[in-house]
Formats: sequence, C-alpha cells, structure tokens
Amino acid sequence: MRQHKFINFFHNTKHMKYLKYIVVGFIFGIVLTKSEAVSWYRIYEMFHFQSFHMYGIIGVAVVTGLLGIQLIKRLHIKDVSGNPIVIADKEPGSARYWIGGLFFGLGWALVGACPGPIFILLGAGIFPVIFILIGALLGTFLYGVLKDKLPH
Amino acid sequence: MEQLSATWPWYVSGFLIGLVMLCLNYFGKVFGMSSNLRTLCSIAGADKFSDFFKFNWKDQIWNLMVVLGAMLGGYVAVHFLHDASNVALNPDTVAQLQSLHIDAPAGKLAPDLLFGTAAFESPKMIALLLIGGLLIGFGSRYAGGCTSGHAISGLSNLQLPSLKAVVGFFVGGMIMAHFILPLLF
Repeated sequence: MRQHKFINFFHNTKHMKYLKYIVVGFIFGIVLTKSEAVSWYRIYEMFHFQSFHMYGIIGVAVVTGLLGIQLIKRLHIKDVSGNPIVIADKEPGSARYWIGGLFFGLGWALVGACPGPIFILLGAGIFPVIFILIGALLGTFLYGVLKDKLPH
Repeated sequence: MEQLSATWPWYVSGFLIGLVMLCLNYFGKVFGMSSNLRTLCSIAGADKFSDFFKFNWKDQIWNLMVVLGAMLGGYVAVHFLHDASNVALNPDTVAQLQSLHIDAPAGKLAPDLLFGTAAFESPKMIALLLIGGLLIGFGSRYAGGCTSGHAISGLSNLQLPSLKAVVGFFVGGMIMAHFILPLLF
C-alpha cells in the first residue's frame, strides 16, 4: 500500500512527472556531446565524407529505433499510462520536405548544429551559439507568418 | 572514467540515441527537438501574428524539460568528461580547414573562429551564426522536423516524407560544405 502511494506520487505530482523527461534529456545531452555529434567539426567532416563516425551514429540510431518500433507494434506494447503507443504518420507531401530540408541542410552545415545541439552547446557554455538560437527562433517565426504562401 | 571521457564510439552513441527516442515513445511522446522552437515562439507571443503559433504550449512542457535535461547533459559532459584527445578528425579534414583559416579542434567541440569569445566582436561571425540559425529554424519548420524528428524518429518509423526531408538535409549540407563555406572563410 505504501509502495503504491509512492508510485502515485512519482507519476502524478505535477513536478515529479517532468523528472523523467529531464533524465532522458540529460542522457541525450551527454551522448550527443560525447559522441561529438554536437561538434561543428564532425558535421563538416561528415559532409566531406571524410569519416564514417556521424553516418555510424545516425545509422545505428535508426536501426535501434526501427527494431524498437517494430517490437512496439507487433507486441502492442502500451505506454507508461497504459495507452496504446501510436506514432502518427508524417503528412504526405513533397515540396515542403525537399525545400524545407534543403534550407535546413544549408544552415546545418554552416553553423554545424541542429536544434538539439543548439541547446546542448548553450548548456555546455559555448555562448556565441545564442546567435544561432536567436536566428532559429526568427526563422521559425518567419515560417509561421509565411506558411500559407509557401508550397507544401 | 577514461572510457567515458574519450570520444564515444558511434555504435554505442547511436544505440543510446535510439533508446532515447524509444523511451519518449514509451512515455507516449514523439522525439523531435525543433518543435521546441515553435513552443518558445508561442510563449514569446508569436500567436498574435500567426495562427501557426496558436496552440496550448503547456502541452509541450515535457519537451522543454527534455531540452533542460539536454542542456545539463551538455554542461556535465564538457566540464566533467572532457579529454584532450576529443574530436580526433581525419587529418585530411584538419588540413582542409587550415587552408580555410579555421583552427584545428585540439580537443575543442567547435572552432574558435566561429564560437570563441572573439566571435562576439566580429560582425561577420555574428551574421553567419544568425543566418545559419535562420535557415535551421525556417527549414526545420517548413520540413516539419529536423535531424531528430525526421532522420531518427521518421526514418525508424519508415516514413517516406522523412526520407525526402533527409535527402533535402544532405543536398543542402553538401552545397554549403563544398561550395559556399570555401567562399565565406
């Protein structure tokens, strides 16, 4: 009974329910830093095909995710609150993926950081990254304003 | 401890990133970092300018918590798990960078030219960082995701749109790395 109350506290208390996300984020931040996926240099090296490192990271992450998602689907694994795990399909379309992807790639190779690493590098104390974050927020805002005029 | 401070091998890192994504799935969420940029815009009041930012951002607090954890992880990794042997690039890459006047890593994650404290005094570097950020923010929202949302979450769920986006990422990245960067430095 006492244990049951403890678990309820962990899951239901407003602040405790966020703890698991902070822990997962913490692991994510350490892995991305120690694998050097947050490094401008590693991104440059990747786009020049001078190392397998980044391709290995992305490849193994995708294979791990793929096997996990197949297990979730085939065994009908439920999530932590007992609901079926449903991963929504991406909206069909082409233009937005090709063009948006192209813009994203140009930025990624210029400053060597994608959205996750922007935050991780700021946490690591590499402060000029704040300009990347400001730019990224402006870019997101710009998309929101122009959305209806863009081909999707 | 030494093992933890050295560069983590790609197979360990990739596996752990896959697990991070699956953990979030188990919590009933989907892994994607760039949505946080949209959430931050909404919190800052962007909903007054576009309906795109009209949503209940409180439902996204969990993702901001992932960001908070990631920032702490970055802090701990750089301050407590650093080693001078880190970022051992291909020697050809280092030579190529030298010809672009970009400093070699020597254990650092990012070149001083763009990310050292002197960058704060260089209008050119500030402009490059802002433009890069702008492209990332605009592109990821236009494409509906970034490296985490499309390359990791999308591809592992066999999403064709994500494959298109990832091909776009790489075409854009190749154009920048091979043709534009040499003109900028």
